[in-house]
Amino acid sequence: MSSSFRTPDGGRIDRSTTLEFVFDGQSYAGHAGDTLASALLASGRHSIATSVKLGRPRGIAAAWAEDPSGLVQIEEPFPEPMLLATTVELYDGLAAHGLPGQGRLADVPDSARYDAMHAHVDVLVVGAGPAGLAAALTAARAGARVALVDEQAEAGGALLGSDDRLDGSPAADWVASAVVELAAHPEVLHLQRTTAFGLYDDGFVLALQRRTDHLGGAAPRHEARQRVWRIRARQIVVAAGAHERPVVFADNDRPGIMLAGGARTFLHRYGVRAGSEAVVFTTNDSAYAAAVDLADAGVRVAAVVDARPEAPGHWLAACADRGIPVRSGSVVTGTDGDERVAAAHVAPLADGRPGDAEPIACDLLLVSGGWNPAVHLFSQARGTLRFDAALGAFLPAEELDGVAVAGSAAGVMDLAGCLADGRRVGAAALAALAVGAPAEPALPAADDAPAGLGPMTLWRVPDGGDGSTSFVDLQRDATVADLARAAGAGLRSMEHVKRFTTIGTAHDQGKTSGVLASGITAELLGIPIQATGTTTFRPPYTPVAFAALAGRDRGRLFDPERTTAVHDWHVAEGAVFEDVGQWKRPRYYPRAGEDMEAAVLRECAATRSGVGILDGSTLGKIDVQGPDAAVLLDRLYTNLMSSLKVGSVRYGVMCGVDGMVIDDGTVLRLAEDRFLVLTTTGGAAKILDWMEEWVQTEWPELRVHLASVTEQWSTFPVVGPRSRDVIGAVFGDVDVSNEAFPFMTWRDTTLGGVPVRLARISFSGELAYEVYVSSWYALAVWERLVEAGRPHGITPYGTETMHVLRAEKGYPIIGQDTDGTVTPHDLGMAWAVSKKKPDFVGKRSFSRPANQNPLRKQLVGLLPVDRETVLPEGSQIVEFRDDGRLPAPPVPMLGHVTSSYRSAELGRPFALALVKGGRARIGDTVHVPVGGTLVPVEVTGSVLVDPEGARRDG
Amino acid sequence: MQLIECPWCGPREEVEFHYGGQAHVAYPEDPAALDDEQWAHYVFYRDNPKGRFAERWSHAAGCRRWFNAVRDTATYRFESVYHPDQPKPVIP
Ligand SMILES: [Zn+2]
Repeated sequence: MSSSFRTPDGGRIDRSTTLEFVFDGQSYAGHAGDTLASALLASGRHSIATSVKLGRPRGIAAAWAEDPSGLVQIEEPFPEPMLLATTVELYDGLAAHGLPGQGRLADVPDSARYDAMHAHVDVLVVGAGPAGLAAALTAARAGARVALVDEQAEAGGALLGSDDRLDGSPAADWVASAVVELAAHPEVLHLQRTTAFGLYDDGFVLALQRRTDHLGGAAPRHEARQRVWRIRARQIVVAAGAHERPVVFADNDRPGIMLAGGARTFLHRYGVRAGSEAVVFTTNDSAYAAAVDLADAGVRVAAVVDARPEAPGHWLAACADRGIPVRSGSVVTGTDGDERVAAAHVAPLADGRPGDAEPIACDLLLVSGGWNPAVHLFSQARGTLRFDAALGAFLPAEELDGVAVAGSAAGVMDLAGCLADGRRVGAAALAALAVGAPAEPALPAADDAPAGLGPMTLWRVPDGGDGSTSFVDLQRDATVADLARAAGAGLRSMEHVKRFTTIGTAHDQGKTSGVLASGITAELLGIPIQATGTTTFRPPYTPVAFAALAGRDRGRLFDPERTTAVHDWHVAEGAVFEDVGQWKRPRYYPRAGEDMEAAVLRECAATRSGVGILDGSTLGKIDVQGPDAAVLLDRLYTNLMSSLKVGSVRYGVMCGVDGMVIDDGTVLRLAEDRFLVLTTTGGAAKILDWMEEWVQTEWPELRVHLASVTEQWSTFPVVGPRSRDVIGAVFGDVDVSNEAFPFMTWRDTTLGGVPVRLARISFSGELAYEVYVSSWYALAVWERLVEAGRPHGITPYGTETMHVLRAEKGYPIIGQDTDGTVTPHDLGMAWAVSKKKPDFVGKRSFSRPANQNPLRKQLVGLLPVDRETVLPEGSQIVEFRDDGRLPAPPVPMLGHVTSSYRSAELGRPFALALVKGGRARIGDTVHVPVGGTLVPVEVTGSVLVDPEGARRDG
Repeated sequence: MQLIECPWCGPREEVEFHYGGQAHVAYPEDPAALDDEQWAHYVFYRDNPKGRFAERWSHAAGCRRWFNAVRDTATYRFESVYHPDQPKPVIP
């Protein structure tokens, strides 16, 4: 395609570099420095897509992120939805198409990297336009640590889209020198292509840096594509500029209708004439610069239509010089056109009503309804806004601690004023910090701007109809008619109006439509706009990809993965893993052709008949040391720990102050003043915190210290009637006989010079030894145990078999068989509750009347009568009436199944359950609904295997 | 994200901290001497004021130590942080 709309020279593009791209299947070319929008406009293409609801053609309506309509989907090099043509920097090989409002997510994984960085600064300046640069220079020269972030490809802000001059030279020269100076300050972090999108508490700002998006397929793969900067700033200067605002009129959405400042930016920055024949409709002076600059660039400007009764004198003269007719006191009432605007209807304004309209042919209609300062970040900081009638805009209404606004974001609309305001606000930030000497840099002189005329506040031109083609939010296809319906429905709050009409809820979050909606609603309601106000500004300022927010925290890095010292062995043995908290634990070790059920039945049988080995290293371990260690444990466990002898082990239960079980485990007394407390895998961190809390906040006088040693000690239960043979073979110097090494005792020994601790603890009811060894040597010890067990057919087993074996013995898993409403007594563990101790945490709650209720849920066993059904865990339990029928609905629930497995030992499935008055129901038959049928189950005691405990000593 | 001043470490990100409820609620001297209602008050009842509230916090992902703080529940501002054994400060 030709570039017939490209100027012969000028702009900040590199004309020596040609970039090929495809849009809607058609090939185009542009230059380095173009955006997708500027390159399309250079080829004469305005139309981008059709609108989401009405299917009306839509084009490029602005030059940057405020554009409400030029949405595209990128296809190559990587699919990405919902981008604005105006903010996509052009690269070679780009393929995109216009989007009717809804994008399509990539169906292939994103191979790009995303990451995050932290920065801590004295002063964060948002925006590298004239005000932001002046503020950053002021702070940098005083030696402050400064971050300057700006969303564009290069610094300059509004100067990039103007022909302003500073000190008699192009303003770009001053911008370049400022950037060079900032780069020379070692404490300055200057980031372009970086959007500060959210401002949070205590000077915390999130900014998105687009590091390689502009390189397209040539982006180096090792470099993170986007980076989220987490900036903590003591002072924040918001110099984010202002967005031009349109005026609403009938058929104001056609391609070719564009904000005046946007057209000026396309001209000066990209060397693009946005049309060949223009009408300019304005309510303020700023659009005259666009009219004059475009005329000088060869665009025929058919008329400037100024809604104000009088046009500014110096601009009238400039227009007269160029033969541009100026129609003051007039408005655009509507447009003609098909794929693109073809004519503007211009009518004189009399008493606020437009008279008879006359069409003026044009292919470009520039609109300016004034400027909205970009107060988003200030508002996110909960700064209040006020409507400035003279400016026709909402401005910051207060001074915030640590957040200041400078330049056009604060309503300063001239270049010299912006420079001075930036310097003033930068100096004020320094004063608040008491950093460095107050050095105020000299500012370049802007050309004298002749005094102009104030703007007129005009939200819309009445269309004489219902306003159904007067678009307020182009992206949502929401119109004045929608606002009228909202007002008619009685809505008064802009928050409600927003949600009723959807205005401001799209991709652009109402950058052009939000204040218009407030103004028009105020008019419809006959109240001042101060009374309607704005909706709340929320992060993000511009859309942020989830991939960027996730950064590197995805896939395997989403959550830490904890593996034991023997993990690789488990992998090599083909273990199937399960996640237990952050731990990867072997669940079972299937042999060829085995499913989980077959593998677990085999592992259970092998362990109960011979010997099995489990990697129990994830068990929580807390080293408790100090003269008062026993006192602390007596206060926190329900049973007595101070009477435990050195060398012995005791099972213990911990409760909250409400008397409900929070954890259980065994305790080894290592010395008079030292215990090793074992917790459940899931309870490890929680119980350490719990113990610390009591020590630090309630009993600081106790001389006791706590340390987690979970990862230091690997733990391998060797379980089953042949376990004594295995342990005896590996640890020849230990007398493993029951007399010398009885149940619930521990012994220290060494293996090849490595200290090892053995403990007679059983979580299966079988003879068992737990082997504790430093994790550095754990794999070697594990391999020796497996080797020594080979003659006995030692079988590694996983968590599933561990669960079956413990459930067969009625050992509860805290958090699975309990739910925070279960006491030790409910679990049938009254034996673990000391009657000697005057007090321990939870004791007082046991005597509450609710705890005496015989109908409390108690842990019992269940045996399905059909000997076949494995009851789903969580199933409800019901009982029949005496007549053999269910009670009338709602059928009372007696409790629920907490653990359920198939038992190799019993040759049938079984379950544990919490059942109301369960122990009194032993022997009864109740029913469990499973998939539409009622399965009869017998209530039993919770210990189903070896209730006499005959196996524990081998 | 707020900064919270740990009295031992200095200001740190709020995600490093755990909340521990109302401060200055001591474990009763002799729980057995309390009737059910008094015990229930210790176990379950806490103040819920709008405005200044003395709370317990733990620098869980930092020094792992507990401290007390007076925080305004309406503004989230921390007005004072102090050690667990210190009395609630008088803030003008
Ligand atoms: Zn700390």
